[in-house]
Amino acid sequence: MQDFSLAFAAAASLLWNGDAELWHIIRLSLAVSLTATLIATLIGAPLGAMLAIGRFAGRRVVVIVLNGFMGLPPVVVGLVVYLLLSRSGPLGALGILFTAKAMVIAQTLLITPIIASLMRQVVEDAWSEYREQLVSLGASPWKSGFTLLWDTRYSLITALLAGFGRAAAEVGAVMIVGGNIANYTRVMTTAIALETTKGDLPLALALGFVLIAIIIGINAIAFWIRNWAQRRFR
Amino acid sequence: MKANGILPLTLETVGFEVDGHAILDGIDAAFATGSRTVILGANGAGKSVLLRICHGLIAPTAGHVRWADGAARPRAQAMVFQRPVMLRRSAIANIEYGLRLAGVPAVERRERAEAALARVGLAVIARRSARVLSGGEQQRLALARAWALRPSILFLDEPTASLDPAAARNVEAIVQAIHDAGTKIVMTTHNLALARRIGDEILFLHEGRLVETTPATEFFTRPRTPLGRAFIEGDLS
Repeated sequence: MQDFSLAFAAAASLLWNGDAELWHIIRLSLAVSLTATLIATLIGAPLGAMLAIGRFAGRRVVVIVLNGFMGLPPVVVGLVVYLLLSRSGPLGALGILFTAKAMVIAQTLLITPIIASLMRQVVEDAWSEYREQLVSLGASPWKSGFTLLWDTRYSLITALLAGFGRAAAEVGAVMIVGGNIANYTRVMTTAIALETTKGDLPLALALGFVLIAIIIGINAIAFWIRNWAQRRFR
Repeated sequence: MKANGILPLTLETVGFEVDGHAILDGIDAAFATGSRTVILGANGAGKSVLLRICHGLIAPTAGHVRWADGAARPRAQAMVFQRPVMLRRSAIANIEYGLRLAGVPAVERRERAEAALARVGLAVIARRSARVLSGGEQQRLALARAWALRPSILFLDEPTASLDPAAARNVEAIVQAIHDAGTKIVMTTHNLALARRIGDEILFLHEGRLVETTPATEFFTRPRTPLGRAFIEGDLS
């Protein structure tokens, strides 16, 4: 228990004193995971809607694979992105391995299936309710898809949070493609892993508390938005 | 009215089967401008499926649906369902959505939507979220959304079945007004009193077959078939 009280004290003092390295780590973590969430939403939400509405050969297989990919091991995603971006890999010429960009790519790959799968389920449920009305009004499948995404926009928040939570909490992918370079690609999870192996448990725990606090804070905001919206639009 | 060119709508030996089970069989019917047609029958008679085939929501497995202009699915038609589906946006935005899909230019949409809302008595709630409206208000909004499209023919699937009597009466009055404005009305119901008030012509369906097509005045006094008589008396007793 000693560790926990020490960690609280350490966390408070680090945050209070505006420790430059700590703040850099927090800012980078948020920037990487929020960017990944944004890109994954732009890809995953329309993909989910397409799978919900579209009727094409192989749709079922794609749905099953996508559902399976919700549980992708981060280290494997990291490894794949590493191979793609390494100097001899197909995208090696970009020269972005061990940068924040590589971390964004890895986290985007990790959470796009989560957002796509959750939105597919949401849009599919809405589609069964709206289908006749939308077809009656003459909506094309594309138009219907975007109409349904807009109509389920408050469920999208939940899917987005699931994606963000996963991105912010994972360590394996960013460790491999980012390299945990101090002041450059070090994020909260990789810093925690490092400080733990170094034996600086208070700092590791302090970072852990900050990470949890951020995730809870973002969830609280989303919860509030959702509640407000449901009262407003039902 | 160029839009009226799509009528009459003609059904030729239309059938609909699911897994070898006939839902509809050998339906011949014509829907012409002017009169109000009520498709009457018990639950499971195939009324709703027939209406959806007419509107083009489902394709018949036998026979043909022909519009006078030769189009496969003309635009100048609309449908109101038993349970209205409203989008998560304001009442007026729901109407404008339908107008946009129908290709109405942006500058006209607001005006047409406001006029439609006023005609169904919902002008005061134009900016309210459609989903928080009562069932009766939502159904009136659905009617306004359909009416704003200025259809030549309007299909109504048991539009008052989920409503309380006051709301149902409101909906009936609006259907009457839409008819008076020149739109062909085709409505399904199992409600004899409603069919009597709304119908000019009765299509009586029983177990997927069109048993008789009779002017309403005649159907309720002297039905042409024993099944028709049984339906009237069964419902009355």
